[in-house]
This record gives sequence, C-alpha cells and structure tokens, in this order.
Amino acid sequence: MKKLMTGNEAIARGAYEAGVLVACAYPGTPSTEILENVSAYDEIYSEWSTNEKVALEVAFGASVAGARAMASMKHVGLNVAADPFFTIAYEGVNGGLVVITADEPGMHSSQNEQDNRLYAPHAKVALIEPSDSQECKDYLKRAFEISEQFDTAVLFRVTTRVCHTKGIVELGEREEVGIKEYIKNPKKYIMVPANAKEKHIEMERDRLPKLHEFSNTTDLNRIELNDSKIGVVTSGACYMNAKEALGDKVSYLKIGFSYPLPDEKFKEFAEKVEKIYVIEENEPYMENFIKALGIDCIGKEEFPLCGEITPQIIKKVVLGEKTPSTYKLDILPPNRPPALCAGCPHRGIFYEMSKYKNKINVTSDIGCYSLGASAPLSVGDTVVCMGAGFSAGIGFDRVNKMAQRGKKVFGVLGDSTFFHSGMTGLVDAVYNKSDLVMVILDNRITAMTGHQENPGTGKNIMGEEAPMIDIVSIVKACGVKEENIRVINPYIMSQNKEAIKSALEAKGPFVIVTKQPCALIKEVQKKRANLYSEVDNEKCTKCKACLRIGCPAISMVDGRVLIDKVQCNGCTVCVQTCPYKAIKVHQERGGENE
Amino acid sequence: MNKSLLLAGVGGQGIILVSKILSEGLMEEGYDVKMSEIHGMSQRGGSVTTQIKFGEKVYSPIINAGEADVLVAFEKIEALRYIENLKSGGTLIVNEEEIFPLPVLAGLEEYPDGVIEELKNKVDHVINIDARKVALDLGEAKSSNIVMLGVTVKALGLEDIDWEGKIKKYLPAKTHEKNILAFRKGLETL
Repeated sequence: MKKLMTGNEAIARGAYEAGVLVACAYPGTPSTEILENVSAYDEIYSEWSTNEKVALEVAFGASVAGARAMASMKHVGLNVAADPFFTIAYEGVNGGLVVITADEPGMHSSQNEQDNRLYAPHAKVALIEPSDSQECKDYLKRAFEISEQFDTAVLFRVTTRVCHTKGIVELGEREEVGIKEYIKNPKKYIMVPANAKEKHIEMERDRLPKLHEFSNTTDLNRIELNDSKIGVVTSGACYMNAKEALGDKVSYLKIGFSYPLPDEKFKEFAEKVEKIYVIEENEPYMENFIKALGIDCIGKEEFPLCGEITPQIIKKVVLGEKTPSTYKLDILPPNRPPALCAGCPHRGIFYEMSKYKNKINVTSDIGCYSLGASAPLSVGDTVVCMGAGFSAGIGFDRVNKMAQRGKKVFGVLGDSTFFHSGMTGLVDAVYNKSDLVMVILDNRITAMTGHQENPGTGKNIMGEEAPMIDIVSIVKACGVKEENIRVINPYIMSQNKEAIKSALEAKGPFVIVTKQPCALIKEVQKKRANLYSEVDNEKCTKCKACLRIGCPAISMVDGRVLIDKVQCNGCTVCVQTCPYKAIKVHQERGGENE
Repeated sequence: MNKSLLLAGVGGQGIILVSKILSEGLMEEGYDVKMSEIHGMSQRGGSVTTQIKFGEKVYSPIINAGEADVLVAFEKIEALRYIENLKSGGTLIVNEEEIFPLPVLAGLEEYPDGVIEELKNKVDHVINIDARKVALDLGEAKSSNIVMLGVTVKALGLEDIDWEGKIKKYLPAKTHEKNILAFRKGLETL
C-alpha cells in the first residue's frame, strides 16, 4: 500500500514496522510529530519525557532491558541529552537503540542551526541520514538492525525538509522482534572508571573498525554513475535538492551511512569522476574528511555554510545557471512576524511588565513567551535555551547589584519548560539566595510546538489520565516563602499589577504563577466561542492605549478602533486597559458579561 | 515537465489543509508528488508557505526565485511577499482578503493601498477573488481556503480528480455541505 507521508510520519511508521516497543521524546520543531504519530500504534509504549536527557535515558534503560527503543528530539535537544549519549556510546545496547535528531538548517523555528552530524564522530556513534520519507521508514529499520549487529546506539539525523516534506511511501508489515533476554553484565553497563577504560578500548579496537568496513560495503552508501565530468558527494535532503537541480547530468555518491565515513568509496568515486562537488548543509563534515584523504573537491568555497542549500543554489554553483526571471513590484509588504494570539493568557502580564522598562530586566525562554519580546510589548532581554529564563536571570541579577543599577530581574518561562529544566534554576535561585523574580506562565499545555501534554496537564500522550504535577507545591517545597508566592489569573489586570508590584518590593526569590489555559486549546475555544469585546465609538477617544497591548484582533481602520469578533475570545485585557471604559465584553447569546 | 505550486498566507488560514488535499489528489491521479510544509511558529499569525511539486518524478519540493508555475496567495500582501518566486509568465491566484499583521495593528508599519492594481499591472496572469466574501455568502467564512482550492484546481485544469471526496475525508462531516459548495464556487470563478 502507498501513502503520502511526511518524513516524521514515515519515521513513526518505520518504528512500528521495526518492532519498536518503547519510544520517548520531548516536543521540538521539526521533530514533534514523530512521537505524536508513534503514539497512534498501540504496540508501542510512547511517552513525552520531561526533557530530552530523560527521554534518552528511558530509551536506554528499555534497550538494556531487551526492547527496541528510540528517543527523538530537535537538534538542540541532543545538547540536553549529550550526557547520556556519550557514555551510552561506550556501553552499547541490548535491544536496538536509535537516537533521532531533527536538525534545522535555515532555522525555520529554532534558536541556532548546529549540525548534529558532528556529534557522531565526537561520541563515536554510528550515523544514518535518510533523504526522503521512503528512506525515513526504510533506514530506520536498517538503523535498528545495525544497532543490534554492531552493539551500538545509532544516531539518525534528519532535517526540517526531510521531516516536513510529504512524499509517497510504500508501507510494510510490522515485524515483532520481541524482548531479548537481559543478562546482568556490569562490565558492559556499569560505567565506573575501571569498566569504562575497558569499554573505550573495546570500542576503538573492535567496534569502530567493523563499522568502518561496513560503511565501505553497505548499499546505504551508493555510487550512481552518469556523466564522468562532474561527481557530487551528498547526503540527506541535499541529495534530493541535488537530484532536482542536476538530474542525471552528473554522477553521485549518495551517503546514507555517514559515520564512520567510507574512505574507500570516496577514493573509488574520485577515480571515476573528474571534478567533485561536496553538497552538504551547514558544516563541511564530509568535505574535511575527503580533503584529508588527499582528494580534491569543491565544498564551502562555493556553497554557503549558513542556511539551507536549495536546488537553485546548486544550479548556480555547479551549472553556472542564472536566477530565472521573475516579477519585481514597487509596493513592499509590511512584515508579518508571529505574534501572541488574540486572547493569549500571556499578554496581560507581559503588558504589565512592559510598563517597567526602566526598572526591570527580563530573561526570557524558549516558547510562546519569546513572542513577548516583539514590539509593541518588547519584554525580554535574553532568550538562549530551555531553562535559561531562570538561570540566566540569577547571573543577570548578581551583576545588576554589583553595578548598582537598581533594576530587578524577572525570569520568565512556561509550564512545560519549568518541568524540562526550569526547576533546577528555581532550586539554584533559592539555594544561592537570589532576588530573582521567577514567572511561570502556566497555560496547561506545551503550546508553541502545537499542544502536547506535559507533567502538569493531567493527561499523557496515549490519552490516559495521568497524575497532575502541581507547580505551586514544587515551588513551596523548594523553599520559596509563602509571602513570596503569587498564584494569579493573568486575564485579571489588577492581579498582574499587584503581583509585579509585590515582586519589585520583595526580598529573596519570588515566584509568580499565572494560571490560564492556552486560548487555542479546543475546549477553551469552545467555552469562549461566544465571548467578544466591542468598542463603543462614542466613548473612544482614539488614544490607542488598546493598540499597545499588541493584540492581533484590535486594529485601527479609517480612524476607528475595531475588534475582530472572530479572533477575539473576550479575554478583556483591552477592556481593562482602556482609560475611558470604551470597550465592553459581550456574550453572543445572553447579552453583556462584564 | 514537473509543475510547481507555492501557497502563501497567514497562520490559521488553512493552507496546510489545502496543500494536503491537493497533494493527495495528485498522488491518486498517478503523479509523483512532494509537498513541503514549513510550520512551527505558524499558528501564531506569522507568514506561512507550502510548496508542492508534481510530475513524473519529483525529488525536492523547494521553490526559489522565479521557479513557481503558480503562486496562490491566500492574503493580498502575501502575494507581494512571495511574488519573486513566480516565474515569468506564471499564474498568480490572489485572495483579496486583508489580514493586518501585528506591526500594522500596532501602528509601526502601514498596510499598503492599491495592491491588486499593482499586481494586475505588473504580473501577466492574475486571478483575483474575494474568497472570504464568497465563503461568507455561503455562511461560513472559514471555508475561504476551500474556495481557493477550487480556483487553484480550475487554474491547473485538474477538475477531473475526485476533490470532493478528499474534502469529505479531511473535513468534519457537519461542514461537508458548505465546503463542497465553497469548492464549486471556486471552480466557477474562472
């Protein structure tokens, strides 16, 4: 049977067909839909893990216990999981273990574009790179076989264009590989120095030479001979882009198994073609290797290191083709950056914080709250990585004090981020007597990635009821004093105001937890469907105070302020902000509801 | 020869759904198809695009400057933003709907006047339609993406594929009637 599938859907299908029993992940674009699709298969235990490190450790435990297991994450997630990753490399596996990294050349939805292929030589873990949806499914099955054959974890690297491109996939059947026997083996699985020394030597002496030989012989690395003038070495999405651009005009060495790299295949290819181009996104990973073999090739001299390498770039570099002609217009469009949604529960507290521009610094985090940094709210001094909203704030606050700036620091993050790596910052702030104000925007969901369950939502990915981990109890248990905790409804501006004022005056760590579910959650949308706010044009003085809250439902058209009924969910932040009481909230059936 | 379509609009307009329907219909017709959907922050009102290529054999759906046979803009200024991707002599389908981006709402930038006129003056083949109005007249503003699907199908000359079956597959049952009417209105526009 044939089906149109994204790379992520195909990876999930591959996991099913490969007989995977345990799959773990933390949501992150472009990897999120892998586990979402895996969870539809009843044969596989799926879990949203608290963070990527936990996901990999759960998968590792499952592998040692004898099951095929996998952990998927976005590229920066592997940084979080790097600690277990490097040591699992020594220990190897029992049931097959595959780590999926979804990289983002071009940064469509990420904070950097690190090239995670480099993790493979660093940790000495086998690396596989599929190019399209069909290969995502087929190669994932191969990855599990390789993992078990060579007793190694396998890094499976995809990129946005592979994850989010739909292509036609031929489906197969599930193979039940079952659970292998677990035999206690401290020399293999307990990495104390004495054992680790042995395992490191074993890995270098036994496993890597075998993988090296495999790389030179496997059909995952294949030569496609056409014209001998130009040869292209490429992998992943770049293979598809090169084929689209160059078709059968050139020869290819397509690399699907990219650590260890196949030196013999490169030499063989170099003998068959006159000129070699290495086409790879971001780092010159293969290029450096090929050049070290003494083979001439053209790589980053001509191809960009930053961003994606599209078919058009390839045509320009290899064929010298010019950009095709198109249309040029005299009107330029205004920018359309992503924004906090109409009715977003984060808006009120961000608006309140925006009033203290000269009195506070805000260390923000990865998630919807990073949108609070855009105009007109412009709340946020830093965004780095998951959890840094709190921890970077601790350092910022120290230096603000040293410099006697008289500014308080607010660290901002969401519920899922709090569980992911905000809790450690909270403990640090309490233990090290920081005066940081920690704002936890609890919208009851992992929102930015498209609504995944998390430890605070009371449900798990398999749709079961789950214990709801209570954020406020954690905050108290960590030692934040009762008088320094505010739990508020961020739709009520007086509560935002009071909480921020108290925080500014407080000594010691202070926590504000805002509780209001994401406006895009289906039940919330249903509940608020009939609510909307409306401007009374007789009272409106056009002072534009409501426009400063940055709500996409509010606009000024022909000198009149207008609120879009369809987008508005009656959150009333604008109602409360209007100095002339010119905005009222309505309920479509049942009249006013102020 | 492969054909390429670039769909552009605003998060929440239902572009990815239209792209899924188009891709699946094309696959069932026997074409090789690749569709790239770039999302992530798209639900938050940002600019969204999907790229579809179909033909005998397609490797990559990526469309760069001057490469799209058809540009389908679900919002007026998104046509301006992506016009450079349309090849000379290609077709632009543009929805006249206006969705103000936040910098415009906040008074930091201006929403331009005369967009449709500019497009008609400069671009050889322009099909403009107020899809939101067409959909509203049918009683469901949300169906404007399906109106655009109808226009696109007609412009591509692909009316023979069972699109109504696809609409039924991808949309909730209670909306079938209105969406199929919306699709037919789109077909009739040309």
